[in-house]
Amino acid sequence: MNLAISAATMAIDRSLVIRHLYKEYTVGKPILRDVSLEIGGRGITAIIGPSGAGKSTLIRCVNGLAPATRGEIIFHGEDITKLSGKRLREMRRRIGMVHQEYSLVERLSVMENLLTGRLGYVPAWRAWLRKFPESDVAHAYTLLEAIGLEDFANRRADQLSGGQRQRVGIARALMQEPDLLLADEPTSSLDPKTAVEIIELLATLAASRDIPAIINIHNVDLAKRFASRIVGMAKGAIVFDGPPSALEDKHLGEIYGGQSWLE
Amino acid sequence: MTERRAIGLPPPAGRTLALPVNWPRRLAYIGLAFYAIYAASTLDVSLARIARGLPQGAHFLARMWPPNTEAIKLDLMRQGLMESIEIAVLSTFFGILLSLPLGLLAARNLMPPWVSWTARTLTALFRSFNSVIVAILFVKAIGFGALAGILALIVGTMGFISKLFAEAIEEVDLKQVEAVRATGASFANVLIMGILPQVMARFAGFSAYQLDSNLRNSTMVGIVGGGGIGAALFTAYQRFDYDYVFTILLAIIAIVMVSELVSVQIRKIFQ
Repeated sequence: MNLAISAATMAIDRSLVIRHLYKEYTVGKPILRDVSLEIGGRGITAIIGPSGAGKSTLIRCVNGLAPATRGEIIFHGEDITKLSGKRLREMRRRIGMVHQEYSLVERLSVMENLLTGRLGYVPAWRAWLRKFPESDVAHAYTLLEAIGLEDFANRRADQLSGGQRQRVGIARALMQEPDLLLADEPTSSLDPKTAVEIIELLATLAASRDIPAIINIHNVDLAKRFASRIVGMAKGAIVFDGPPSALEDKHLGEIYGGQSWLE
Repeated sequence: MTERRAIGLPPPAGRTLALPVNWPRRLAYIGLAFYAIYAASTLDVSLARIARGLPQGAHFLARMWPPNTEAIKLDLMRQGLMESIEIAVLSTFFGILLSLPLGLLAARNLMPPWVSWTARTLTALFRSFNSVIVAILFVKAIGFGALAGILALIVGTMGFISKLFAEAIEEVDLKQVEAVRATGASFANVLIMGILPQVMARFAGFSAYQLDSNLRNSTMVGIVGGGGIGAALFTAYQRFDYDYVFTILLAIIAIVMVSELVSVQIRKIFQ
C-alpha cells in the first residue's frame, strides 16, 4: 500500500528543489554560493551566465558528477547530495544528461551509444556481449526515427557531424526514460542554425514526454525563444529568475557585467 | 623595435635574449661525447681492432654458404621452430590475459594511488630482467623444457603489456567516460562501454607487437634450456655447423616476416 503510493508519486512528481547549495573545489573559493532553486515538474528552464559563473557546476551537482559541498538537492524525495554508490547510480538513471560537444563514445556505433543510456539497468555480461533487451533496442530505433537518424544505427559516432552527434546525445539521454533532463551547453560547438535545431529538438522531445529540462546556454536569444523560465547566474549566485519577457538589458548587464556589448 | 632586430642589433637593455643558449643541454652533449670516447678506449673499440676481425668474419661467412638442407637437419629444425611458435603464441595469449587486469589496476586515473602504485611496482619488477635471464631462473626452478620458456615469456609480456595498457587507459577521453557514468552505469559497465572501446584498437596493436616480439624471444629462450629452436641453433654454433646455422637463421627471418604480416592483419581487424 505504502509502496504503491510512493511509486505513484514518483511517476508524477518530477520537480527538483535545490536549497542553499554551495560548491567549492578549493576551500574558501566557492564556485556556487547559496544557490536555491525550485524547478517545477515541467517546462524548460534556461540557465544563462558568463563562463565561470557556475552553470556547469550547478547541473553537475544535480546528478552527482560534482559532489556538493553544502546544501540540499531534493529529487524524488531524496537528497542527492547525501547519496553515494549504488543509490547514487540509481538516482542517475532517472536523470538524463546532454553533454557539451563530443561526449559520445567515439568508437561505438550510434546504436551502441543509444544503448549506453540503458547501462544503469543492464548487467555487465549483457553489456559485454551486447545482448541488450529487445525492448531497449526497439526503443532505440523509435528514438533514432524521432531524431531523423534511422539510417545511421550502425555508423560509428566519430563519422557524424556535430549536429548529428548532439542528436544522438539527446536520444541517449532519453533512452534512460528520465524524469529530468539536464543539458550542459548543448550547442556550444555548433553553428547558429544547427544550434537552433538542436534546442528545438530537445524542447519538442522533452515536452512530448512531459520531462522538465534544465539547459545551460550562453545564447540569450535561444534561451528566450525556447525556455519558459530564465535563471541568470553570475559569480556562483543567482541574480535573475523569471520569465523570458521579464529579462531586460539591465539584468543582462548584471549577469554578464558591463553595458557596452548590449548596444 | 622591429628595425633593431632586422639589422641585428642586440635587444634594448632589460629585455631577454631572443634565442638564449641552453647551457645544461649543451653540457649534456659534451659530457656524452667525452664518455663515449672514454668507453671506447677502455673496451678496445678501434679501427685497428675492426681490421683485425675482418678476415675471421669473411671466413665465417664463407662457411655459411650453401645453407644445409639435409633432410634430418631440416626435420630437426622444423620441430624446433614449431615448438618456438607454440611457446610464442601460448605466452602471448596468457601474458595478455593476465596483463588486462594488471594494466587496469595500474591506471592512475581509475584506481586509488596505493593500488596503482602496487601494480606499477609489480610491472616494473617483471620488466627489470631480459627474458633470457628470467628463463634461466625458470629452468633452474622447474627444469628444462618449453614450460620454462613459456613462463619466462609470460613474465616479460606482463611487464611490457600491463604498462602499455595502463598508459592507454590513462589517455582516454574522460568526457566520454563521464557521459557513460552519468547514465547511472556501474563501474563494470563504464569499463565495458566507456573505456574499452577507446583503448581496444591500441590494445590489439600492442598485443600484435608483443606476439612479434615473443616470436623472436622464443628463439632465444631455447639457448638456456627453455625449449624451441634456440637449442638447435646454439648446438650448431658450438659444433661450427655454420651452414646449418645459416639455414636456421633464414627460417627465423621468414617466420618473423610472416608474423609481421599477421600483426598488420590483426591491427586492421581491431581498428
